Amino acid sequence: MNNKNGFEIPDFTRSPAVDKVGVEERVSRFQKRSIKNESKMQGLRMALNMIDLTTLEGKDTPGKVRQMCYKAQHLHDVYSGLPTVAAVCVYPSMVKIAKQEVKGSGVKVASVSTAFPSGQAPLDVKIMDTKFAVDQGADEIDMVISRGRFLSADYNFVFDEIATIKEVCGKARLKVILETGELVTLDNVRRASDIAMYAGADFIKTSTGKIQPAATMQVTYTMLEAIRDFMNATGKQIGMKPAGGISNSKLALHNLVMVNETLGSKWLTNEWFRFGASSLANDVLMQIMKAETGVYQSSDYFAID
Amino acid sequence: MAAKKTINQGVEWNYSPALESTSHVKLKSKYDLYIDGKWVKPQSKKYFKTINPANEDVLAEVAHANEKDVDLAVKAARKAYRNVWSKMAPSERAKYIYRIARLMQERARELAVIESLDAGKVIRESRDVDVPLACNHFFYYAGWADKLEYAFPNRKVEALGVAGQIIPWNFPLLMAAWKIAPALAAGNTVVLKPAETTPLTALKLAEIIHDAGLPSGVVNIVTGYGDTGASIVNHPDVDKIAFTGSTGVGKIIQKAIAGTHKKSTLELGGKSANIIMDDAPIDQAVEGIVNGIFFNQGHVCCAGSRLFVQEGVAEKVIEKLKHRMDSLIVGDPLDKNTDIGAINSKDQLDIINGYVKIGNAEGAEMYQPKCKLPKSGFYCPPTLFMDVAQSSRLVQEEIFGPVLTIQTFRTVDEVLQKANNTPFGLAAGIWTDKGSRIFNLTTKLRAGVIWANTYNKFDPTSPFGGYKESGFGREGGLQGLGAYLKMN
Amino acid sequence: MERVEVLKTYKVYIGGKFPRTESGRYYIPENGKGEPLGNICSCSRKDVRNAVVAARKAQGGWAGRAAFNRGQVMYRIAEMLEDRKAQFIDEISFQGASKKKAEDEVNTAIDRLIYYAGWCDKYTQVLGSVNPVASSHFNFSVHEATGVVGVFADESTSLIGLVSMIAPVIAGGNTCVVIASESLPLSAITFAEVLATSDVPGGVINILTGSMTEMSKPLSTHMDVNAIAYSGKDVDVLRDLEENSVLNLKRVRSYSKDWLKSGSQDLYMISDFQEVKTTWHPIENIGGANSTY
Repeated sequence: MNNKNGFEIPDFTRSPAVDKVGVEERVSRFQKRSIKNESKMQGLRMALNMIDLTTLEGKDTPGKVRQMCYKAQHLHDVYSGLPTVAAVCVYPSMVKIAKQEVKGSGVKVASVSTAFPSGQAPLDVKIMDTKFAVDQGADEIDMVISRGRFLSADYNFVFDEIATIKEVCGKARLKVILETGELVTLDNVRRASDIAMYAGADFIKTSTGKIQPAATMQVTYTMLEAIRDFMNATGKQIGMKPAGGISNSKLALHNLVMVNETLGSKWLTNEWFRFGASSLANDVLMQIMKAETGVYQSSDYFAID
Repeated sequence: MAAKKTINQGVEWNYSPALESTSHVKLKSKYDLYIDGKWVKPQSKKYFKTINPANEDVLAEVAHANEKDVDLAVKAARKAYRNVWSKMAPSERAKYIYRIARLMQERARELAVIESLDAGKVIRESRDVDVPLACNHFFYYAGWADKLEYAFPNRKVEALGVAGQIIPWNFPLLMAAWKIAPALAAGNTVVLKPAETTPLTALKLAEIIHDAGLPSGVVNIVTGYGDTGASIVNHPDVDKIAFTGSTGVGKIIQKAIAGTHKKSTLELGGKSANIIMDDAPIDQAVEGIVNGIFFNQGHVCCAGSRLFVQEGVAEKVIEKLKHRMDSLIVGDPLDKNTDIGAINSKDQLDIINGYVKIGNAEGAEMYQPKCKLPKSGFYCPPTLFMDVAQSSRLVQEEIFGPVLTIQTFRTVDEVLQKANNTPFGLAAGIWTDKGSRIFNLTTKLRAGVIWANTYNKFDPTSPFGGYKESGFGREGGLQGLGAYLKMN
Repeated sequence: MERVEVLKTYKVYIGGKFPRTESGRYYIPENGKGEPLGNICSCSRKDVRNAVVAARKAQGGWAGRAAFNRGQVMYRIAEMLEDRKAQFIDEISFQGASKKKAEDEVNTAIDRLIYYAGWCDKYTQVLGSVNPVASSHFNFSVHEATGVVGVFADESTSLIGLVSMIAPVIAGGNTCVVIASESLPLSAITFAEVLATSDVPGGVINILTGSMTEMSKPLSTHMDVNAIAYSGKDVDVLRDLEENSVLNLKRVRSYSKDWLKSGSQDLYMISDFQEVKTTWHPIENIGGANSTY
């Protein structure tokens, strides 16, 4: 079977096996990299610029979204020269507001869709959900896969759903959320990554943030290897977004080390790598200020939005 | 694809140096011999220099023990065995060994740094592998001291007496621990000679043993060259020789003690096969290959130096292996980000380079990543030789460096034959997702340690040692005790 | 007219067959009364070579058999020996022992075979271990046959020394080349006939007769022999064996035991000809209480 991109669709039941203990060992090597001095500053600034600042709550209001959008463009104004985050990530109903708020800043607006976070809705509803977000101006769509179907090995269903949503996205970039905490095994994570990429994902993303565990390094590493294999097989570059659980600078830097050594510097840009996180930004800012001032920082001096 | 045309290009991100501090390290400029609980000047009056192979700086001068010095050490060990150690309650013996373990843990950072300075091994490994394993070895065997009667059913065991121990330069402290801990637990006293290029951590261990209050003469550390080792081997009052090193020297030792009733354990060379089947978890297998051959600059007797890849995945594995090798950082062993440190000595570097030359002369395809090597010191980039024949010297001989040969195979039978087609039998690796195949291969591979879907793992509870010319006897685990006991 | 007795030709036992020595030579040992024991093959290094080839060929298959099956085969040897007990007693007596002593020796040999037959499917349980390593791996050690063992049988007994050395060696899955007692060779060859009629695969046990002095070097220097078992007290012989064995690092075991005593048999004679193999495999830790990944 060939899809319209022109590359052959593999048999997803034959996705490469993943040995979890081996993955843990590999990950521990990334964690042992010691990132100091200039490389640390460079890494921290990169991390800031890769954040998808996120609010995905039932209690979200236009006010809350506006504040977050301001923060996205003004991370810590007392210190000049900081980058903005990459994007803000909201529910479809908030896309319009967010879009107005970040206008002209280069910050993208990402919208979750397809009955986020469970994905338990008919395809028609998912299409409408996505279409609405796109029409409201979303630059990026973060869809969820149907984990139940995946776990009952209905891979064609999962594939087709992604391919359909991709068409609805139009020019918006599609991030496919695997919700790895529900897939449980790394073999499943690998297989779901392959399905998502071959079905047309521009990005693959670990989690909704609603399920634990979320973006562990083991999971992200498994997905990065899938991206590398996909690139080798098709020549197409796919982005990666770990989301949920990356709350401090050290973890962010380890993730960047992992991207750097698994995929290479081509991915060290927010075009191809994102952090889905809400509390990460302030920790990175505190680290940057610590490096600038030489003294340890207090969270009281960093705005929470 | 993205709507935006101006794609941000990723930027190069190189890690700044992250040097481990050496400020807490206390090294004397000159080390004497540790005999009978005292630091004594060598009868030989000779000292030799030990250098840092990463930059060729002299670290210290170390005594070169001669026959008379060894004789003093053996006499001290004999006296301690007869008068103190063999008379002590085993539970008390245990507590001394525990104490050594604890003191080593307290000084772990210092030991790790000295190990990296003296041996050229990267701080990440000396910190995370060598030193903790060495401590754990003492911990493990300490507990055996008063439980020996449970180890060998239906046998009454007793210590052998004085153990002469000669250790190599690849894991200086760890090998000292592998030798000393079971010997003491079993109730023996010890004369140990570290390798001439890496004597410092053994001398540090002597300080720790001294601080632990171990009775004088129970452990004696004599530094020197091969002649010092020979004096230990040939000393008539030594009951047991434990040697780790090359097969060549192992044979000389075995010949020397033929007909003498000295017991021996030999941990010798290897040329271990690492086998990748086509259903293996490829990325983890690639990491296993890297751990197998580039761990400790390839100065590992059980290094997975012969890679066998099933033809269906060979291209993919090699491509991924090259990619992984490109991310390996070769350089200053004290930099926490260094993956491959310095080759232990100029001599060893010459040997390795000699093999690289042979490989090129044989016409094998070579791959080395483009990494910058430091200007001074002894370094060798990670090296692959592809498409080599079983008959190539690169495949037949132990190189003891970061040099890997790759052969492809088609069937299980073929790879088993080739893997076993060597005089050595120390270790082997096998990578496949199929359980029944793992057991088939692990059963038929003639080697003392088999790593299935992993490689180069060590643990105090896990016996280590080889078949055939890789030596005999086991170190580690319950089995490691037997080598230091008389069984009645 | 008196019937002319058919005399037995004593051959050697290689690869399950009874060839005569390659050398074509023979020697005539005598008993204490000066009676000739027979024309016994005086084997040469070529016989050693052939025997090692046969032993190597048989080793994989023998070690690969189910331990239970090895035990059954060894039990069968004991059965066949019991069946031909009278002949062994006669031969041992003829070689110089008292009737009672001969009987004692044969009985002990039969019992010894049964003792080791029973160990076949138990020794790995007693000697093996699951090792509680600190990392997420399953780790276990099992004993495996060393390979081909060169056995220098006890010179002072005809049967019991031979059987006491062979039994633990083959119980552990090794194959062997045995140099029989030079002065008391009869039972060794008759024992080979017992082996040939039990279910022991050809090549598992190979028995040569002749001069130990002549055969010790080719056997102990042979690069395809993995271990040497020596029964005796001659320190010069032992030193030579040890020195020769250095060539390929054979494991050398020596015994000076009274093989007629029950204490001369034990588990550790099996482990003397074993290698310890330790296997590691990762343990995936997914699911279950309090797990994360």
